[in-house]
Amino acid sequence: MGRETLIDEIRTKLGDAVEGVSYSFGDDVLTVRPGSLRSLMTALRDAPFDYAVLLDLTCVDFAAGEGRLELVYHLYSLSRNVRLRLKASLSAADPVAETLTGLWKNADWLEREVFDMFGVRFTGHPDLRRLLTYEGFEGHPLRKSYPWRLAQPRIPMKDKV
Amino acid sequence: METRIQREARPESMLINMGPSHPAMHGTIRVMLELDAERILNAEVEVGYLHRGFEKTCENKTYFNLLPYTDRLNYVSPLINNLGYAMTMEKMLGVGVPERAQLIRVLMSELSRVSDHLTCLAAMAMECGAFTVFLYMMKAREFLWDVIEFTTGARMTTSYIRIGGVRADLHPDWRGSLATAVRETRRVLKDVGGLLDKNSIFLGRTRGVGVISKEDALSYGWTGPCLRSTGIPYDVRKASPYLVYDRLEFEVPVGEFGDNFDRYRVRMREMEQSLRLLEQVAVLIPDRAPVTGEPAIEPAEAIRVSRRQKTAARIRLSPNLEGSEKARYADLMTPDRPAALGSAACGVVVPPKEDTYTTMEGLISHFLFFMDGHGIRPPKGDVYFSVEGGNGEVGFYIVSDGTDRPYRLHLRAPCFHIVSALEQLIKGRLLADLIPTFGSMNMIGGELDR
Amino acid sequence: MSGLDFLTTRLETALGWGRKYSLFHYPFITACCGMEYMSAACAHFDIDRFGAGLTRFSPRQADLLLVVGTVTHKLAPVLKTVYDQMLEPKWVIAFGACAVSGGIYQNYAVVQGIDRIIPVDIYIPGCPPRPETVLDGLMKLQDKIQHQKQDWRWAGKP
Repeated sequence: MGRETLIDEIRTKLGDAVEGVSYSFGDDVLTVRPGSLRSLMTALRDAPFDYAVLLDLTCVDFAAGEGRLELVYHLYSLSRNVRLRLKASLSAADPVAETLTGLWKNADWLEREVFDMFGVRFTGHPDLRRLLTYEGFEGHPLRKSYPWRLAQPRIPMKDKV
Repeated sequence: METRIQREARPESMLINMGPSHPAMHGTIRVMLELDAERILNAEVEVGYLHRGFEKTCENKTYFNLLPYTDRLNYVSPLINNLGYAMTMEKMLGVGVPERAQLIRVLMSELSRVSDHLTCLAAMAMECGAFTVFLYMMKAREFLWDVIEFTTGARMTTSYIRIGGVRADLHPDWRGSLATAVRETRRVLKDVGGLLDKNSIFLGRTRGVGVISKEDALSYGWTGPCLRSTGIPYDVRKASPYLVYDRLEFEVPVGEFGDNFDRYRVRMREMEQSLRLLEQVAVLIPDRAPVTGEPAIEPAEAIRVSRRQKTAARIRLSPNLEGSEKARYADLMTPDRPAALGSAACGVVVPPKEDTYTTMEGLISHFLFFMDGHGIRPPKGDVYFSVEGGNGEVGFYIVSDGTDRPYRLHLRAPCFHIVSALEQLIKGRLLADLIPTFGSMNMIGGELDR
Repeated sequence: MSGLDFLTTRLETALGWGRKYSLFHYPFITACCGMEYMSAACAHFDIDRFGAGLTRFSPRQADLLLVVGTVTHKLAPVLKTVYDQMLEPKWVIAFGACAVSGGIYQNYAVVQGIDRIIPVDIYIPGCPPRPETVLDGLMKLQDKIQHQKQDWRWAGKP
């Protein structure tokens, strides 16, 4: 089905989860409510929408201006060759979202990375711990509040002569 | 600091750490294994040893300045990363790229893709014991890198593909060096095929090892040669063609079983297809007459003359800037939006040096391009674009807030998803199966950890 | 004591000659410079003709630690452990801008030069350095090894 009809189908079938539809530089974007994220994703993954691939999950930090963290999901439908972007806003003070671990297998590491970099907790994740930084690292580096050059060395650094 | 595998290990099994300093030259990744004699009962993969803060750094650099950081992501095919970033920005800015620049971009992409596959298979074969294959493939890679070096100036991390076009034109003898590279690579591929395709040791180590099903591969978000080895023919160049790929003829090789040998065969056949593409592109790129003819004047004299009148003579630029003269700009860079005096708008590309040194408008647009707070300022919003990298779909997600620095830049790294499946692929197998499995995944640390 | 001096000088020359032409290196490869290391080690820009072609994949068997590529704070303890596991005499080459000084990365994750962790003998700049630069750095290290003095106090030399 064409892109507009696809978006309409999603809206009609899953209307209460979808807050808004927009069109950004040629990409389709759906804004969703974080509470209904998992049910929406389950519906999107299966037929008839058939978004079989979770391409990417990332987060954008709008904490300073708008007090929210925005999760951004990219889905891809192999059979129909269309991409979709979904955004869900979480509160910056206590960002919690449901995990997608049962639906796609790469959600495991993607959510660990978002937790590591932004501090978003995913309820139901089997093993939520840091992925790219190390245990003992305090803070979440990609938050705007984390200083860019604040290093936390694991072993003492000698002074450069 | 107890790791998960230490907590879950049975008391009678052995814990082995294949530490971050890997003898197999894939970079830095840590694989902790719980072994029962040679059989792997459980595995844990720890990544992040090359996390260099790419995304945080990009939030603090202007769109033009962060181009060298994109080179160092997938460092065996750096021009493809450049391309992905440049095309994402062009999508956001809504600029088109001239035809010749598109053809040159395809040429550079395919050269990078071949060197990526060569490096991957060379390392994989060397770890299985075939050292000759490694040396042969490195030899072929040198010829490919020669072509890249004569045009861009650097062998590896080039920053050649810019937003709006390419940095400079191809070097005068590009046809000769490209023909040599293609010929030598074909010879190496034939030799390596003869050495490995029917080799019982290699087949024994890779056939039926590291098998993944189609459903699992899709569920893990695999793309690229690893996904195509399971039988799914998804290639971004065919699915959503960019540049001139819709005009070029090439096949997308697929495997059948999704094991290591299929990944090896898919990469070998992809290299043949890339060589085909290189030959087609070489035919399509028209020959440009070298920039000679009218007598050229030295820049100092041009500057002196331009103080009184606009100079029309051709200016002889330094050899470092060869190929990027104003005469080539129409073919290589998107047409610059003229910077009106006093206006805040500036173009998408650096103005040509002849203008910068001799005209007022050129100087001002040069300043406006590089000044802090000015420069490329895309409209607010977010954009995602992906290209076919050596490992799969390389995507860039950029959020812009209207200033000259990105608010957020995220790389969709293909090998992140591929390596996340490693634990499943080696569970229950022998310890020696880990090596070709991991080798065939082509894990590149710069892309995995960003 | 001139006889002893003559002997120690000859011995030092012989030791230096022996050590510099039989370097066993341990490539501590992390990032992009690894590709140029591979080029330097392979047939085109052979490192073997300098005697340094034998890659020992264990630090206990190597005497040259080639730190190739970026070292992050997560990896720093590992580098220190590998360096400590090597036996004397050992040398360290910082290969590439990231190992020399952190390179183009100055942020929360990258060590600004491995000489903050371990002592370094030769710095090879470049991002990545051309294989000829690597060979030049290796030759400088060979010069350094040739002129290293030994400790002869045990032989009675003051």
